[in-house]
Amino acid sequence: MAAPANAPIPFPHRLRDAGIAGLVAMALAVPFLGLRTVNLDQGLVVQTNLAYVPLAGVLVFLGRLILGLLAGPLAKATAPLANWRPPASTQRLRPWGGPLLVLAAAALPFLPFANRYIIDLGTTALIYILLATGLNITVGLAGLLDLGFAAFYAIGAYTCALTTTQLHWGFWPALAAGGLASSLFAVLLSLPILRLRGDYLAIVTLGFGEITRIVILNWQSLTGGPNGVSGIARPTLFGLTFDRRAPEGGHTFSEITGIAYAPEHRLIFLYLLILALTALAAYTVARLRRLPIGRAWEALREDEIACRSLGINPTMVKVSAYATGALMGGLAGCFFAARQGFVSPESFGFMESATILAIVVLGGMGSQAGVIIAALFIVVLPELARGFADYRMLAFGLAMILIMIWKPGGLLAGRLPTIRLSTAKPKPVAEAAL
Amino acid sequence: MGFTLAVGTFLQHLINGLTLGAIYGLIAIGYTMVYGIIRMINFAHGEIYMIGAFIAVTTFTLLLGAGVTSVPLALVIVLAISCTFTAAYGWTIERVAYRPLRTAPKLAPFISAIGMSILLQNFVMLTQGARSKSLPPVMTGGVTLWHDGDFSLGLTNIQMFIILLTVALMAGFTLVINRTALGRAQRACEQDRTMAALLGINVDRTISLTFVLGAGLAAVAGVMVTLYYGVIDFYIGFLAGMKAFTAAVLGGIGSLPGAMLGGLLIGLIEAFFSGYVSSAYKDVAAFSILILVLVVRPSGLLGRPDIEKV
Repeated sequence: MAAPANAPIPFPHRLRDAGIAGLVAMALAVPFLGLRTVNLDQGLVVQTNLAYVPLAGVLVFLGRLILGLLAGPLAKATAPLANWRPPASTQRLRPWGGPLLVLAAAALPFLPFANRYIIDLGTTALIYILLATGLNITVGLAGLLDLGFAAFYAIGAYTCALTTTQLHWGFWPALAAGGLASSLFAVLLSLPILRLRGDYLAIVTLGFGEITRIVILNWQSLTGGPNGVSGIARPTLFGLTFDRRAPEGGHTFSEITGIAYAPEHRLIFLYLLILALTALAAYTVARLRRLPIGRAWEALREDEIACRSLGINPTMVKVSAYATGALMGGLAGCFFAARQGFVSPESFGFMESATILAIVVLGGMGSQAGVIIAALFIVVLPELARGFADYRMLAFGLAMILIMIWKPGGLLAGRLPTIRLSTAKPKPVAEAAL
Repeated sequence: MGFTLAVGTFLQHLINGLTLGAIYGLIAIGYTMVYGIIRMINFAHGEIYMIGAFIAVTTFTLLLGAGVTSVPLALVIVLAISCTFTAAYGWTIERVAYRPLRTAPKLAPFISAIGMSILLQNFVMLTQGARSKSLPPVMTGGVTLWHDGDFSLGLTNIQMFIILLTVALMAGFTLVINRTALGRAQRACEQDRTMAALLGINVDRTISLTFVLGAGLAAVAGVMVTLYYGVIDFYIGFLAGMKAFTAAVLGGIGSLPGAMLGGLLIGLIEAFFSGYVSSAYKDVAAFSILILVLVVRPSGLLGRPDIEKV
């Protein structure tokens, strides 16, 4: 963004700029591409591949030059895409968007091309959508940056794991327990830290996330430490299991319905179950946003002092935002545990929190549709790039940077206010100022 | 005897904690400076430190291969090379991933930084391999301060080097911030970037230099850790970065003495907690103390409370 877009930059200037970029790239390439330390039996040895250095320089030089020349036309070409808003005439159809999407998603496992792999991928994506829907309440609506959301995910998962293995509960009571336990933890955590603001709050949530992970990792007698918990109860449909043989005194799905047993049934059931949970969560959030509590969340994000002076109790509003977000995190965790049949602390590290936060921010904070698009992107992109195996995480990091530069407010940033006075004309609001 | 032994053990933990704290403090300065000037958490700063450590290992190996045996000479060369290249990385990262986002909503640069962190980790893993690199001990020896039967209280040369270099860097840095034109420009940008620009300060250049200085200090920390532990891998930046960030917040983010104090505290808490209670829970102790401190002092130990304007 070196120069204003309207004034054309002279070519020699661009050439110089690209030249500098190329030289810097060469300098940066020396210690990592040009020299490589190799472990041998007698210690480290340095290999030299200095040919890579000028190669990196030339590539960056050309890339910078071509991008610089194309940036203007490219921005012009993508401007309609970038500023695309659903036309006002579709406003009446909007309430149908959600149900239609859910129906389409529900049909996925029965389509001809659906196989185990696609259903599994869909299940994973839905777990992330549910998680991000929860975090979206805390971060997107209430404006409280949370860097330790994986803690609530972990608490839900472990509550489910322990109640089903130690107390022999079924999946459904465990699901409720998982959500409630997460919510309770969120209330307990949020009470002492509500005085904190912005980044201080963020680091405390990060600390809480790490504390949770370390305690789970080291509390061997309860959680099994790094070995995790296995043998978690599978979800059942009104008491029917999806196994080949019924457990003592129970029935299987295929026995009762007469549909021949197939191992895919369990996968499809899991998929439909998480779809139902996620749809319910999204619907709840959409309704909550229109209730006083939801409006208070958004008001608090915009201006805490104004909220106070209008008689909103910031403490209650913050606690409720945390608790509702954590509830969804806990439900997702519980479902995750039941789906895998196994949990271990590895699944709940900081990278998990960062991924969920990335979904919320990439999608555009506060936007449910954005969450869905970003979650699909985050789950599906690394899968598509599986062919590049080693390079996929590299590409993933690069994609995060590029999307943020392209659309700093997230993919679906310009959203309408949730609620407005009935006489006021609709006008688009600039993206959330968080 | 029992009493003196207890004192000795205490002093040993103190020395270890100070060494660790010095390293955290140096990384924390990078966080705190960047936060002070552009209000963003530079999440990729831990990776900068990791890059510094990798360049140090490569340079040490090259020097060993070239037959350089003088330790002070090797140290000076390694520090110079590692700081230069790492500073170049810091400059580039700001230029590529953060500058385009300077006016963006607050979380955008943070997500970009997470992306940068993933990118750098995988870049180093791909180019240098996923296996950990271990270096033969470069600096050996030390002084025994006190000796009693089986127990001896030692201060190794590396520890002495780390603590002295940190003190020197801190002193130099305080001078830079308080006495030079660059420091003045930095403080001005921290207070009001628009006003500073109106008064003729090149804000872009000041921010770039802030990243360069922060990366240089992180590179020094990387060299120190290479010497101290002798083993590094592409993943070390994550944990160290997180702890240094914690240290910066503990001390009051935006405050330089606060970053150093926070670093020392985190180092000491880790050393004492793992010495006396449990090493598995040492990070729990560090984070718990952070939460406690913030509950009592919401802007950290030395931070100025934010004045909120309506």
